[in-house]
Amino acid sequence: MLKFLLRRFANYLVLVGLAACLGYFLAATSLNARANYENRNPRPSQASIEAKLNELNLNNHTPVVKRFTRWAGGVLHGDLGKTFDEQPVWSEMKRRMGVSLRLLLLGSLFGAALGVGVGVIGAVKQYSFTDHFTTGWSFVLLSTPVFVLALLLKLLAYKYWNPHLGDSLRLSYVGEYTPQLAGGAITHLRDRLSHLVLPTLGIVLGQIAFYSRYQRNSFLDVMGADFLRTAQAKGLRRRTALVKHGLRTALIPMATFFAYSFGLLLTGATFTEKIFGWHGMGEWFIDSINTRDINVVAAVIIFQAVLILLAGMIADVLYAALDPRVRIR
Amino acid sequence: MTVIKETDVTAPEFDEGEVISRGRLVWRRFRRRRLAVAGIGVIALLFLMAFVGPHLVKWSYTDQDLVHGLEGPSMRHWFGTTQLGQDVFAQTMRGLQKSLVIGLLTAFFSTGTAAVVGSCAGYFGGWVDRILMWIVDLLLVLPSFLIIAILSPRFRGKTWLLFVILLAAFSWMITARIVRGLTLSLREREFVQAARFTGVPSRKIIFRHLLPNMSSFLIIDATLNVGGAILAETGLSYFGFGVQTPDVSLGTLIADGQASFLTYPWLFLFAASILVIAVLSVNVVGDGLRDALDPNSTAVRARTRTK
Repeated sequence: MLKFLLRRFANYLVLVGLAACLGYFLAATSLNARANYENRNPRPSQASIEAKLNELNLNNHTPVVKRFTRWAGGVLHGDLGKTFDEQPVWSEMKRRMGVSLRLLLLGSLFGAALGVGVGVIGAVKQYSFTDHFTTGWSFVLLSTPVFVLALLLKLLAYKYWNPHLGDSLRLSYVGEYTPQLAGGAITHLRDRLSHLVLPTLGIVLGQIAFYSRYQRNSFLDVMGADFLRTAQAKGLRRRTALVKHGLRTALIPMATFFAYSFGLLLTGATFTEKIFGWHGMGEWFIDSINTRDINVVAAVIIFQAVLILLAGMIADVLYAALDPRVRIR
Repeated sequence: MTVIKETDVTAPEFDEGEVISRGRLVWRRFRRRRLAVAGIGVIALLFLMAFVGPHLVKWSYTDQDLVHGLEGPSMRHWFGTTQLGQDVFAQTMRGLQKSLVIGLLTAFFSTGTAAVVGSCAGYFGGWVDRILMWIVDLLLVLPSFLIIAILSPRFRGKTWLLFVILLAAFSWMITARIVRGLTLSLREREFVQAARFTGVPSRKIIFRHLLPNMSSFLIIDATLNVGGAILAETGLSYFGFGVQTPDVSLGTLIADGQASFLTYPWLFLFAASILVIAVLSVNVVGDGLRDALDPNSTAVRARTRTK
């Protein structure tokens, strides 16, 4: 197992490296930071523009290969370069990664757990009202872009929920916390939670819909399988047979879907962060494309590539853990 | 979706003694899925709205009715007006046109690329396979959203067709993997072997024997890709990385509308609901097609088993 994981890990490391290089080349050739200085009023002198661009390694007159080697050399030593505001990328990234990871972790955990639950209920009670209701809604949610869902949640909270909720329960939709909030730890915790609900809902709902659709199909397949009939014939109650033998088998395909849906989740989190004003990696990416900040863009690409491959590895492990037939060579 | 009633499953597939073509069989199976048929109707209606609708009102999507800025829906302006007095109905119809056309074209190109790449990788094997699958792996690591966003400054001011090509260029990978898998098994079948031994060139084998044999899968995939492409396009346009002003898409309309949508919800709600309806009906049709064309797919198999 360990050997398999190590080999997988080495393979993934190469892919992350290539993805980062490709991302840097794309960003360095299509974003032009020079315009940021040239459009300033009053316009700085040509010599100072060049000096600044060279210092930040953003000069588009330097051959891209040369800029790349300088950037890659830095990255290998743990230096991701500087942002346009001349701050080290890494120090800002540390703060933002926490924000994004919180959203992604909550999104994937709640999404997968609730989605699997909803899918199983839909399969067990096939054609019931609950089943029609959940499949219908998962279809609608899968067709709703994250930004529409997030904006709708904002509208609903503003128009319908908040007027009926007390002051202490009101849901916030701007930022992750209230700045300069007075009060003890409980107040702060409550404040954080009230900011957390809507953005998390914004990405969890889509995930639930995604998982429940596949889980329902996969569980229906298992429910008709011979081994479940055998288990019941041996005297297990239907419920025990379904939970002990059925669920585990039906979960196997979900491991693959987890790896696949993680990319979608990352893109979704970008929208949620931007709409709810969370200062995470996704928001940083959008802002830095608009300010043509190449080093930041490259850093976000590395972050996302690492996460996607980590999700792939988790999926591999889950697959092997769930399915005893998977022999690791 | 499982709107189908249990009795429908047991309904006779064909009358005794009647010989029917595959096309009619598929159509019969599809027709039974009422929701999917309704989906086709909705899509037709949306197309009609998108291309005929703009001629029904006297406003074009750039006109400004300055006296009636920021008004709610009325007889004069069906969907209300923006701060600049632009007619939201005319804008939404124009955006719908763009989004539908981009979605269709992207799906077509993306499935086409996937079919060619996947079948080549599967048929030729060896180093062709290894290189192509390696490219697929690499592109799967980089989220397409990131790449297109980064490249967006390059096609600013150029034709939107470039945007379509980019969208298609980064959405074919997963389909290509599946096509490769299908090719691997088809390749060993007798009719392909026979063609190969009688000297039919590889190009012809791929386009005459391999791809037509997976047409069901390709049709279903292309349909479902339309929904995905519309979602990707509107998402990128929402951030200003896709369709550029002065042109509009449903994504840019929603982005423009969100500035003050809490007080003036019509700026956002019409475009958003039409977007959801469009994607939803495409997905429902795709799902219906899957059940009609490919009765062995999981959904149907499970249904008949638990009967």
